[in-house]
Amino acid sequence: MKTLEEIHNIRENKRRELDLRINTKADTREKHILVCHGTGCTSSKSPQILENFRKILEEKNIENVRVIMTGCFGLCAKGPIVIIRPEDTFYSNVRPEDCEEIIQTHIVEGKRVERLLCKDIDGKIVNSLDELNFYKKQKRIALKNCGVINPQDIEEYIAFDGYRALERVLREMTQDEVIDEIKKSGLRGRGGAGFPTGKKWELTKSYEADQKYVVCNADEGDPGAFMDRSILEGDPHSVLEAMEIAGFAIGANKGYIYVRAEYPIAVKRLKVAIKQAREYGFLGKNIFNTGFDFDVEIRLGAGAFVCGEETALLESIEGKRGQPRIKPPYPAESGLWGKPTLINNVETFANITQIILKGADWFSTIGTENSKGTKVFALGGNVNNIGLVEVPMGTTLREIVYDIGGGIPNGRDFKAAQTGGPSGGCIPKEHLDTPIDYESLKEIGSMMGSGGLIIMDDTKCMVSLAKFYLQFTVSESCGKCTPCRIGTKRMLEILERLCDGEADEYDVYKLEKLAVSIKKSSICGLGQSAPNPVISTLKYFRDEFREHAIQKECRALECKAVSKIEIDEEKCKACGLCQKRCPVSAIEGEGREKRKINQDKCIKCGTCIATCPFHAIGN
Amino acid sequence: MEEKEIKNNDEFLQELIKTYLPHKDNLIQMLNEVQEHYGYIPMHAQKCLSEYLDIPMAEIYGVVTFYSRFSLEPQGKYKISVCLGTACFVKGSQKIMDRLTERLKIKPGETTKDGMFTIEETRCVGACGLAPVFTVNGEVYGKASVQKLDQVLDELMKK
Repeated sequence: MKTLEEIHNIRENKRRELDLRINTKADTREKHILVCHGTGCTSSKSPQILENFRKILEEKNIENVRVIMTGCFGLCAKGPIVIIRPEDTFYSNVRPEDCEEIIQTHIVEGKRVERLLCKDIDGKIVNSLDELNFYKKQKRIALKNCGVINPQDIEEYIAFDGYRALERVLREMTQDEVIDEIKKSGLRGRGGAGFPTGKKWELTKSYEADQKYVVCNADEGDPGAFMDRSILEGDPHSVLEAMEIAGFAIGANKGYIYVRAEYPIAVKRLKVAIKQAREYGFLGKNIFNTGFDFDVEIRLGAGAFVCGEETALLESIEGKRGQPRIKPPYPAESGLWGKPTLINNVETFANITQIILKGADWFSTIGTENSKGTKVFALGGNVNNIGLVEVPMGTTLREIVYDIGGGIPNGRDFKAAQTGGPSGGCIPKEHLDTPIDYESLKEIGSMMGSGGLIIMDDTKCMVSLAKFYLQFTVSESCGKCTPCRIGTKRMLEILERLCDGEADEYDVYKLEKLAVSIKKSSICGLGQSAPNPVISTLKYFRDEFREHAIQKECRALECKAVSKIEIDEEKCKACGLCQKRCPVSAIEGEGREKRKINQDKCIKCGTCIATCPFHAIGN
Repeated sequence: MEEKEIKNNDEFLQELIKTYLPHKDNLIQMLNEVQEHYGYIPMHAQKCLSEYLDIPMAEIYGVVTFYSRFSLEPQGKYKISVCLGTACFVKGSQKIMDRLTERLKIKPGETTKDGMFTIEETRCVGACGLAPVFTVNGEVYGKASVQKLDQVLDELMKK
């Protein structure tokens, strides 16, 4: 337990000490080697890198250099990432055996290790983080501390204004003032649906009860999305602090964080953060001497996508099967154990402290008319710069894919982007210039979703993508209501027939009809949105469905049963390379003869297409 | 051997009961620990939790079978999970899964007869920057290919 004065002292002293983290001209002889410890970099041995740095520094007896683990820097494609501050030198794809050279050349000799410097897509060597195109159009609010502080050191969080918002709220503001500020900011739920956050808080406050709860939804189930995880791994205190602010505003003193058990690193860091917050008196009884009590508990999910739905999540916290409840009553009225409960997503919470500190007016200048602030996306799939990006609302998809994402690899063409995961839809080429916000995405048949953004190039088959998402919903449907349990299964069967070349045109019609009725009649968000991937692919790529059904053809050559690979006789130079590489000897012809594919033998693996130097092979 | 195992198990469950209060909402948390410790949820652990938390066995069975993390069967020595999250799927992880089922002759969710391998489909381990990925007992193999999988399998089989 620290007194207010002690906390202010820590903030001042630490802030001075850590100035070099954000100020390249910091007046210091110290150097900090920051090693990314997000899940991506951890999987490619960043803990070993950190260990090696520490060992070498000790062996060489070097002082004034500290090695620090941080959260995700965002550019996962270049991981593991090491950044040396204050000079902001950016080393990418670092391996544990590179540590010796970095210490010797960079720290001892004061030069840079040229071969490890990060290169941009155009091949230009990047001297510092800010020079990278990847970061130029980004604006970091929710990810403000990710990659800057050590998430397991509460004093580093305090140094960068940590727990200052809570102090202000508890000591200077009333409940209604806090709610008004959040309402004025225009912040909307980042979990996907976009319900105005301030309104939700107001609603939960309005119900009288002896006990209320604040719940943080960290059950990030959308496959290919890792925004919430990165925030919890890189800046767990920002979520705890915001939950307390919410608790104060609605009159709750107990919080739960429901997090996926598949995120062991996030869980571990959260546990450390909660322990430290209790030690410093930010959690517990009589916080800041104001009489306000608040404590937080972690609840682990056990691998059920439907638990991201708020009422299913509540059931799961109560220790039951995660099946959604009928709404209304909404959780704001009757949630956890029948008590009024506020549920917000991790990213929503991560914005709160900044709104309190910098003001609703500042926040509402960012973004578009109805969607304020920024959104974090997990950019993945067929794009060069895979990683975590935070952009102001209203940024166009083109900017994200080409300016930030560095375009499509291997010289292929952009085909579609998928947002919102299994509940969302795809955005085709003609809508690349749509500004990304809640309304405009809905208008073009997709949705904001929690932030998964998967880019697909022209080698992807949209029918097979729709099948992929339906497979997911079928296996994740909780089984409570019939349209979702049985309807999605029937849809999947039709899609399977399409991919196997056994469907006809009538099937496409049935598919569409089923999709609409499931959407209308399911009880929870999962079922209501499960047909979205089909509806939106049908909207923009109906031709491909028809080709599968009528011509029995898959232009992307992904659905094997309906693919036919052929060699263009005019382009074939009879080099025989494809013949050598074909694993099943399906290519016929000798010497100067043009080659031909024996369709009975061909397994459509695509090796010959990739091999042919003259691009003579295709469908 | 078997006797010793039961005794150890009991110790673990005793310890578990000490760390959690007998509140019904602790069920999933306790099951998570049981799963982690044994690699599956054995019958005697279900009985123990049923008594301790005062929840009928049927309800516990309902919870165990609802969540994909819990398994009623013992898992293989090597648990290979192929990520079929969207980012990995787009980069061809289905091919890796197909190869795995072809080589081990079991389906996802099953264990080989010799108890060596269990294969599993998983949705996003969060290493999307390394897509496609598969994991062996939690260790991530990134930028994977069929060749890389073959290599890893060959090595594990030699052991």
